[in-house]
Amino acid sequence: MIESSGLPLLQQAVLVLAALVLFLSFVLIAQTRLVSAIHAFAWQGGLLAAATAVVAMENAEAHLLISALLTLALKAVLIPWMLHRLTRRLNLERDVEVVQHTALVHIAAVAIVIFSYWLVLPIAQQGFGFTRNIIGVSLAIVLIGLLMMIARQQAVSQVLGFMSMENGLFLAAVSATEGMPLVVELGIAFDVLVAMVLFGVFFLQIHTSIDSLDVDRLNRLRERPDEPL
Amino acid sequence: MDHLLSLPAWTIAALQALLYLALAPLLVGWVRKVKARLQNRRGAPVLQPFSDLRKLLSKEVHVAHTASPLFRIAPYIVFTATWMAAATVPLLAVELPTAAMADIVVLVGLLALGRFFLALAGMDVGTAFGGMGSSREMLVSALAEPAMLMAVFTLAMQAHSTNLSAVINYQLVLGLSLKPSLLFALAGLSLVAIAETGRIPVDNPATHLELTMIHEAMILEYSGRHLALMEWAAQIKLALYGVLIVSIFLPWGIAQTFAPLPLLIAFGAIGFKLLALGVLLAVAETVLAKMRLFRAPALLNLALLLALLGLLSHIILEVGV
Repeated sequence: MIESSGLPLLQQAVLVLAALVLFLSFVLIAQTRLVSAIHAFAWQGGLLAAATAVVAMENAEAHLLISALLTLALKAVLIPWMLHRLTRRLNLERDVEVVQHTALVHIAAVAIVIFSYWLVLPIAQQGFGFTRNIIGVSLAIVLIGLLMMIARQQAVSQVLGFMSMENGLFLAAVSATEGMPLVVELGIAFDVLVAMVLFGVFFLQIHTSIDSLDVDRLNRLRERPDEPL
Repeated sequence: MDHLLSLPAWTIAALQALLYLALAPLLVGWVRKVKARLQNRRGAPVLQPFSDLRKLLSKEVHVAHTASPLFRIAPYIVFTATWMAAATVPLLAVELPTAAMADIVVLVGLLALGRFFLALAGMDVGTAFGGMGSSREMLVSALAEPAMLMAVFTLAMQAHSTNLSAVINYQLVLGLSLKPSLLFALAGLSLVAIAETGRIPVDNPATHLELTMIHEAMILEYSGRHLALMEWAAQIKLALYGVLIVSIFLPWGIAQTFAPLPLLIAFGAIGFKLLALGVLLAVAETVLAKMRLFRAPALLNLALLLALLGLLSHIILEVGV
């Protein structure tokens, strides 16, 4: 048993930032207004970048600092900005999504946190420095992102869930292995960016063909365009 | 438990309980003054709540003819329960006999007792407003109580005790440290405090607007000294929550011995902290708008979630493996 109160202040700050990233996952899943959800996602990216930067300072690793900057630029600024522009173009700025079973989804999210803690327990016992406890949190962020993709019908919120899954994976990489090699890091960053561009194109396509971004409506087949949904 | 019998400890405890009575209207007056200044008004003097209480205490009591004896005794029970609850929260010094006799669970229970009689009194006369206010109060408190207990348990788990003195001592020994669980517990407890003391955005203490009022609706039928006691109890409750938050999360300056100098320092420290908290509350109330009543559960759900995350992050991030 190692109490966290024995850690230096900077390492405690990493734990606080990781906990806040987890909290923002909850905010993201609870937020029904699209624009606010995008803001929450931007904050999550920013805090993730901050956590990475503090880990980089603590371990004196330059490449982690670069990936922190990359995260900040990409996930806190560029992607939220793109999503924001997209919602404005599709007139979704004032869109409020109707989420079913909100309480159930929240309870499931809390259960996910407990489950991932239990799942990661044997891995964390191997030790990985002071960040080992964060692995459980990052797994929870990944699974909550997945839950968000399941629970939401709106395509933009599903993408937000997907992107926050990526945030969780990144946090796991930082906490378990002190960051991936820079080449991999760059590759993933570009993947995310390309995915975002593709999502944007898809949104426009879906919106022009069914006049909504509610992907549940894609399930229904109809013969003639004038047939009621 | 030798300090249970020592005379100085009891003297300090009694002094502290009396100090709550004096402090509570002062805090409310201060918050009103700062709020008025923020809204470009001159505002009433800081001592105005005392004058209000004195005026009400000297006035004649009018009781509705439909009222039962419960209506008459409820103010005394509410006031005593709230005051006793406040007396268990360390204001100047830790390790007081009151704190040794009652832990956090008793504190929550005493507040619940006061609230129970407040709600009963609201329904007693049989006016529509009273019943409406009681129903709303119960809605808010049913949601706030689990969140408060959860936040309190987060602290109790760290200190391995539900005793407030032990929690504060643990914080003092710990010194300056960043803990996600404490951060979440603080946020959760602050939201609970706002809901429970009937401040904006849950309730507006300054209006008698029928659509929105919660606490005011319950005490609408009271007059004279009964009203004074009810008002005073509400003010003590605000002071209680304020002192609870600053004593648990920022305990520096609290006296650990009963010598005069540490007590003086503690008095200055708690005064300063409460002034700062009052400014914070006034700014928050000026910036925020009151939410619809049906949005209040969402706020309290957030409080519960924060407290729960505090508990979980203590287990996951801080205890370690």
